[in-house]
Amino acid sequence: MSKQPQDVYLVDAVRTPFGKAGSLYSETRADDLVVRAIRGLLDRNPHLPHERIDEVAIAAATQTGDQGLTIGRTAALLAGLPLTVPGYAIDRMCAGALTAVTTAASAIGFGAIDIAIAGGVEHMGRHPMGEGADPNPRFLAENIVQQDALIMGATAENLHDRLPHLTKARANAFAVGSQDKTAKAYANNQIQPDLIPVAVRHAELGWTLAMVDEPPRPGTTIEALDALKTPFRANGRVSAGNAAGLNDGATAALLASGAVADELGLTKKARLVTFAFAGVEPEVMGYGPVPATEKALKKAGLAISDIGLFEVNEAFAIQVLAFLDYFGIADDDERVNQFGGAIAVGHPLASSGVRLIANLARGFENDHSVRYGITTMCIGLGMGATVIWENPAWEGKK
Amino acid sequence: MSTMEMPAGAPEEVVTHALRRDLDLAPFGVPGKLAIITLDNGLDYTRPNTFGAQGLSELGKVLDEAKADSGVVGVAITGKPYILAAGADLSAVSFVTETAQASAISKLGHDIFRKLGELGKPTFTFINGLALGGGLEVALHSDYRTIARSATIGLPEVFLGLVPGWGGSQLLPRLIGPEKAVQVIILNALNNNKMLSAPEAYESGIADALLAPADFLEKSVEFAAEVISGRKKITRTDHTKDVAPWDAAIAVGKAAAAKKYIGADIAAPRRALELIALSRTASRGEGFDAEDRALTDLIMTNELRASIYSFNLIQKMGKKVQGAPKSSLARKVTKVGVVGAGLMASQLALLFVRRMKVPVIMTDIDQERVDKGVAYVHAEIAKLVSKGRLSEPAANRLTGLVTGAVDKSIYATCDFVIEAVFEEMSVKQKLFTELEEIITPECILATNTSSLSVEGMSKHLKHPERVVGFHFFNPVGLMPLLEVARTPHTTDEATATAIAVGKELKKTMVITKDAPAFVVNRLLTRFWGEVTDAADEGTPFEIADTAISPLGLPMTPFTLFGLVGPAVALHVSETLHDTLGPRFTVSENMKSIVAAGVRTFYIKNDAGKIVPNPEAFALMKQGSSPSTADQVRVRALTAIAEEARMMLDEEVVATPQEIDLCMMMGAGWPLHTGGILPYLDESGISEAATGRRFHPKGVASLP
Repeated sequence: MSKQPQDVYLVDAVRTPFGKAGSLYSETRADDLVVRAIRGLLDRNPHLPHERIDEVAIAAATQTGDQGLTIGRTAALLAGLPLTVPGYAIDRMCAGALTAVTTAASAIGFGAIDIAIAGGVEHMGRHPMGEGADPNPRFLAENIVQQDALIMGATAENLHDRLPHLTKARANAFAVGSQDKTAKAYANNQIQPDLIPVAVRHAELGWTLAMVDEPPRPGTTIEALDALKTPFRANGRVSAGNAAGLNDGATAALLASGAVADELGLTKKARLVTFAFAGVEPEVMGYGPVPATEKALKKAGLAISDIGLFEVNEAFAIQVLAFLDYFGIADDDERVNQFGGAIAVGHPLASSGVRLIANLARGFENDHSVRYGITTMCIGLGMGATVIWENPAWEGKK
Repeated sequence: MSTMEMPAGAPEEVVTHALRRDLDLAPFGVPGKLAIITLDNGLDYTRPNTFGAQGLSELGKVLDEAKADSGVVGVAITGKPYILAAGADLSAVSFVTETAQASAISKLGHDIFRKLGELGKPTFTFINGLALGGGLEVALHSDYRTIARSATIGLPEVFLGLVPGWGGSQLLPRLIGPEKAVQVIILNALNNNKMLSAPEAYESGIADALLAPADFLEKSVEFAAEVISGRKKITRTDHTKDVAPWDAAIAVGKAAAAKKYIGADIAAPRRALELIALSRTASRGEGFDAEDRALTDLIMTNELRASIYSFNLIQKMGKKVQGAPKSSLARKVTKVGVVGAGLMASQLALLFVRRMKVPVIMTDIDQERVDKGVAYVHAEIAKLVSKGRLSEPAANRLTGLVTGAVDKSIYATCDFVIEAVFEEMSVKQKLFTELEEIITPECILATNTSSLSVEGMSKHLKHPERVVGFHFFNPVGLMPLLEVARTPHTTDEATATAIAVGKELKKTMVITKDAPAFVVNRLLTRFWGEVTDAADEGTPFEIADTAISPLGLPMTPFTLFGLVGPAVALHVSETLHDTLGPRFTVSENMKSIVAAGVRTFYIKNDAGKIVPNPEAFALMKQGSSPSTADQVRVRALTAIAEEARMMLDEEVVATPQEIDLCMMMGAGWPLHTGGILPYLDESGISEAATGRRFHPKGVASLP
C-alpha cells in the first residue's frame, strides 16, 4: 500500500552571501557556491543523519558548464553526501529554487520521500542571462510573443505602460525603501544568521571569506535614482537603481515531512500550505505573481487579508508595485519585504526563491501573531509563482 | 634581518608572493581581524610555490606589518589552490659559489620563518594542499595548523642531500616526539621520498585539525577564531624530558641510513640525525644556528650539487624522453602479446595488463607452461586485491584480459608483441621469423634481450623496421628504467609506438643504439669484471666486494650477483667478452660456481645473520696478487669511466645525462653520485682514465 499524504515543513533555509557578477565570486565556481550552501545547511542541522536525505533538487537557469551535469546530483557528490542520496536539476528561470522547493515538497506530500534539500544557484558572471539560448523563430514569425518578451527590462517597461499610475517616482521610492530596509535588517542582524561564509580567492589579493552581501547600496537617495539612465528605453522608467542587478549566489533549504521532522528533532520553521504557478503574457511577465497568488489563495481557501507577511521578489520595483496595487496594499506596507529585497541584496536568478523563504521564516520566528505568509515571484516568459506558508509558532487568535 | 642576493647565473626567481587580506572575526564572536596571508606565485598548480630570496623578504615584510597592526589578533598562512608550498627554490642553490652565500640562504629562511613563532599573536598555517620541505617548515613555525584531507606533506630534504634546516629538524621532534620525527625526516626520505597523507599528519600530531577540502578555509577560520578566543585549547606534549626515546629513535635512523647505503657514511642523514638529537636540549637560537651550519656545509658539497642535478634530471627526463620521435607518430596499441610464460614473461604480462588494461596474450611451448604463466598473473592480481591495492571489479577486469595458448596464431590481431624467451640468438631469430608469418606488418616486435643484438634478431625479417629493444630491469614492476633500443632499420613510427607503450607502463625511458647490453648492463658488467678479477687474483672476497661501498650503492656486487643469478651474470659477461672484447673478462671462479649450481654468495646463518656462503667459497681459487680496497675501487671506477666514454663515442646514447639517468633508474645508484659520472668527474677518475670530464664543472658539482 502506498503512503498517505503528509504535511511538509521547512526545517531551515540558508544562502551564500550574494555577489555582483564579475566581482566577489569572479574566481569561484557556481557548483562550489551551491555545495557550500548545502554544507552550511547540514552544519546547522546536526541532528539530521545524511543518509536520511532522500533527494537533492537544485535549480539553475543556465544549465551548462559548472551549472550543468545534473547539478543536484553533482552538488550532492561534491558536498560529501552519501552516494546513496540522489539528486536532480531543475529549471523555471527565476523561480528555479521555488520550483525545487515545491517539487521536492510535492514528493514529500505524496509520501514518496520524507526529507529533501532544495535550492538553487546562479552565477550570472559565468553564465550571462540567456547564454546559449536559441529561441524558435516561430515565436516571432507567428506572433507567439512580442519582440521584447525575452528582454526582462523591456517587459518591466511594458508593465509601466499598462499601469501608468505606477510611476517612475513610485518605483524609485520603493527601491530606496528596499535599500533602507536591507540596511536596517543588517543593523539588526536579521540577515547575517542565514548567510553561509564562502572562501573566495582573488589571484592578486589572495583568499578571504565572503561574509555579507556585496550588492546593497545603503544610503541610496531618490535624487540619485532619478539621475540614473533608463537603458531599456529612452525616457523610460526602469533603471539599474529600481531593478535587481546581475548577481551570483546560491541557496539551500531543508524540507521534511512533519512526522520525520519530529522523529529526528528537526526544527519546523514553516508549514507549506499550498502553491500555484500561473501564466501571463510573456511581454508583461512581471504581472505573473498576481494570477499565481489568486490561484494559490483560492486553493488554500484563504483571502489576501489572511496573509500576514509577504516576500515578493524584487526583480523590478514596478512588478512589486503591480502586485501590491492589484491587492490594494500600500507601496510601503510593513508586511511586505520587511528585510528589504532583491533590489538591494541582488537576484541570482534560480537561487532567489529560497532567499524569500529564509526571510519569511525569520519573520515567522520574530512575530508569532502572524499565521500565514507568502513567497511570490515573477518568472521570465510570462509566469508567476506563489507559495503559501503557515507559521508553526502562530499563537492563535487573540 | 639578513638580506640575500641571488648568486650570479641563477635563473630569475619565480617569486611566491605573500598576499595579505584581513578578515573581521566579529561574526565568529572574536573582536579584531585575522590577517590571512596567501602564498601565490601567480602560476597554476603545476608550478608549485617555492621560497626564494624575494619571496621570503616579501613574507617577512607582511608578517612585520601584521605584527605592528593593532587590529590584527591573529595571522594565518595558506596557499594557492592545491599547493601551500613545495619548499626552498633550489634553482639558485646550484649557482652558489661561496660559503657566505650558502650561509645567507640558510639564515634568511630562519629569519623570516621564525617571526611566525615570535609574533606575539597566535599564528596559524592552513595546510590546504602540498606542503614539502620549507612549505611544511612554515607550518611548523606557526603556533597551530589545520590540514585539508586532500593535502600531502613531507620533508624530502634528506632524500635530496640536505637537512630540514629552516627549523624543521628542531621544531618537528619537539612537536611530535623523536620517534615520529625520525620517521618523517629520515625513514620516509630514505624510503623513496615517501610523503604523509593528511590523516597521517593529523594522527602524528603535526596538524591540530583535519578538515574537509570542500570548506577548508571556512572551517580553518572557525578553528582560528575558537583558538584566538580561548574557547579551544590545544595541549602539547613535552617530549624532551626522557632521553631514552631520543636515543632509540636516533639509533633507528642510523640503522636505516646504514642499510640504505650499505654502511657508507652519507652526510645528509648523519647531519639530520645530529640535529634531531640536538633539538631535545638546544634553545631555539642554538638549534637554528646549528641548522644554518649544517645547511651551509651541505650546500657547499659536491654531493648536494650532484643530488640536485640528479633530481632535476629524473624530473625532466621522466616526463620527456630525450631524442624521442614525435608522439603523434605512435600507433595505437590495443592488444599485447607476450611470448613465453616463464617468470620474466609473466611479470611482463602483469605489468602490461595492470598499466595498459588491454588484452594480453601469453604463449609457450606446451599447455602446462602456458597455464602456469597465466595462473601466475591471475594469482598476482588476486594478491593486489588482498593487499587492498585493487578493487574486486578492477581485478575481475584485469584477470579477464590475460589469456594464453600454445598456438602462436592468436597473435594475429596484436599491435605489440614482446618476447622474453631463452637468451640465445638463434632461438630469437627463429621466433621472430615464425611470428612474422602471423602478425601484421605494422605490429611492433619487441625484445627484452639484455645483451644480444636486436638487429641480429631482425636480420631475416621482411619488416625489420618494426623491431625494437625493450629492456626492463628486475623486478620489472618496480624498477623505473626502460631502455628502448633502435636498430638502423627501426622507423620513427615504431620507436614512437614503443615510447608510447613505455609511457603507459609509467617507465622512465632512455633511447639507446642497438649496442651490446645497451647502457646499464654494459657498465655493470664491466664494473663487476674488475671486482671479480680482483677477487680471482687474490684480493680477499670481503675487501673486493665492499671496495666500492663508500659510494653508498644499494648493494654490493656479489649480493647483486645472487639476485640476478650467477648464471645470468656469467652469460652476459661471456656475451660481452665475445662482442665487445677481452676488456670484459670472464671469471674462472664464476664459471665453477655456475657449473656447481651455486646460486648465491651470501646466506642467512642459523642466527639469522647474513654471512658469506661457504659453499661458494669452497669453489673459489684465488691467485697471489691481492689488491687493497682502494685499488679495487679505483680500478672498478676507472673501468666505468672508460666504458662510459666509449659508449658516448659510439653514440650508444647521446649525452652523459642519459648514462647517469640509466644508472639511477636502472641500477638504483644514489642521487648524490649524480648517477655516476659526476662522481667520477669529482674524484678525478674521469680525467685520469679518459683525459677529460663528462660534465663541465658546476653542472653537477661545485663550480
